[in-house]
Amino acid sequence: MYNLLNNLIGNEYVAAVIAAALPLFVFILPFALAAVLLERKVSAFMQDRLGPNRTGYRGLLQTVADILKLIQKEDITATDADKKLFNLAPVLVFAGSYAAFAAIPFSGAYIGSNIDLGMFFILAISSIVVAGILMGGWASNNKYSLLGAMRSAAQIISYEIPTALVVLSLVLVTGTLSLSKISEQQTAYFWNWNILGGAGLGFSKLLLIPFMIVGFVIIYISTLAEVNRTPFDIPEAESELVAGFHTEYSGMKFAMFFLAEYANMFAVSAIVATLFFGGYQSPFGYLGNTLHISWLVPLEQFFWFTVKGMFFVLVQMWLRWTLPRLRVDQLMTVCWKYLIPYAFVNLIIVGLITLL
Amino acid sequence: MKQYLKNTWEAISTVLVGMIITLKHLFVPSVTIQYPEVKVQLPDRARNRLYVNIDDCIGCDQCARACPVSCISIETVKGMPTEDLGKTSNGKKKALWVTKFDIDIAKCCFCSLCTYPCPTECIKMTDVYEFSEYERSNLLYQFSTLTEDEVSQKKENFAKMEAEKAAQKAAAAAAPKAAAKPAPAPAAAEAPKTDTENKQ
Repeated sequence: MYNLLNNLIGNEYVAAVIAAALPLFVFILPFALAAVLLERKVSAFMQDRLGPNRTGYRGLLQTVADILKLIQKEDITATDADKKLFNLAPVLVFAGSYAAFAAIPFSGAYIGSNIDLGMFFILAISSIVVAGILMGGWASNNKYSLLGAMRSAAQIISYEIPTALVVLSLVLVTGTLSLSKISEQQTAYFWNWNILGGAGLGFSKLLLIPFMIVGFVIIYISTLAEVNRTPFDIPEAESELVAGFHTEYSGMKFAMFFLAEYANMFAVSAIVATLFFGGYQSPFGYLGNTLHISWLVPLEQFFWFTVKGMFFVLVQMWLRWTLPRLRVDQLMTVCWKYLIPYAFVNLIIVGLITLL
Repeated sequence: MKQYLKNTWEAISTVLVGMIITLKHLFVPSVTIQYPEVKVQLPDRARNRLYVNIDDCIGCDQCARACPVSCISIETVKGMPTEDLGKTSNGKKKALWVTKFDIDIAKCCFCSLCTYPCPTECIKMTDVYEFSEYERSNLLYQFSTLTEDEVSQKKENFAKMEAEKAAQKAAAAAAPKAAAKPAPAPAAAEAPKTDTENKQ
């Protein structure tokens, strides 16, 4: 994409800026608008309510109105807050979650940065979010914010371990950390997806299926915890900590935390989809290939990628409105006593199977 | 180890059970009633705003006496015997002009005790419950249909009638004493009337 823009514009800086801003304006902002509305609607329907239905046709403009309201709001900085860190924190949190999009392959034709260590980059860069959250919580000079930030740091750092272990076991199967290569390996039909043992044929593929499913469940739970969603939302637990680390934030800074949360939701869903469910690959082959329209294929790929990502975002919402919040000790128990041992055993077994 | 595996299994299975329940509720129609547009049918004996059908009111004051918070105030003036005040819908003949029938709904406690004694069933609970106001004085509902001029005229009529009656009485009382005396002049009769009234 960058090369294309560079050729088109002829100025590499402008091209780089456009290429970097593209996913934000084309994808993340519209996605966040849609996802917030979806979340409210899904929660409403699950609780037999109606949800927002006044703004626009059936409430479709509700989130647009909310964003307009947030933009107009006064930008309050608490008197005793550490102003530099306080202002830096939302930027850092958003940058951390946005940077993950650089390595996510949206389609065969568009990937922000096609690096060989894509998955590793995402695991590493998403840890910046912890720094941002801790910074925001500390700089707010508020006990609830600090408590939320500390919980968040403990939670995210703990849950990175099972995530990394599952990614490792997947790397044993695929042999690469590049997300675009992982996507390409799972091409053609859905039985080539990693959740069904990858593209290879033979006995080991069948053997891999149950362990891949276990790996998927583990990574789904741990990424859910990494993005601070219910049932792992103790950093912002409304009933205990007001709003957790973003208690003191208002207006656009709050909106940035909000945007980062939803961007994160999609990012982890996209990663899960890429690792286990074929990424941007269609489950039944492409219309563009059968009709010999080559430009249709990337669009179809983008479509499938969005569908898969949205599906996992929906499951996240579904879980959010099903499960109550975990206690802090329960949260740590789930991670250290259950997910990590299972992930380790899974890693060893997957390693043995790939050796066969 | 057994407990460990059991815990794992329980966690996964119970989460799935919960998810199935929420998924089912996704397709259950909403129970929300969109209030200002859709209103729930009130129960038959719902107690809301009071209404008085003043055409039926005979001014018996029973509702005002039944009211525990004295939010009803009624004033009446007797009608002239020659006047026809009309009949109530259940056939009672009206004898009193209801010059004032005020209900201070801000005081009302919605006990509905006023509606039970009403002989003509003219004071009743309606199904109107949206009547908030910015001014408390707007909550003083005046049901009397008579204008102020009419009220003062009725009062005058009544006073005149009383005066005539008093005069007749005075005349009757004076008659046995001095039957031969001529009847007192109307102007002179005016003065003793007020006296008698005050004594009463």
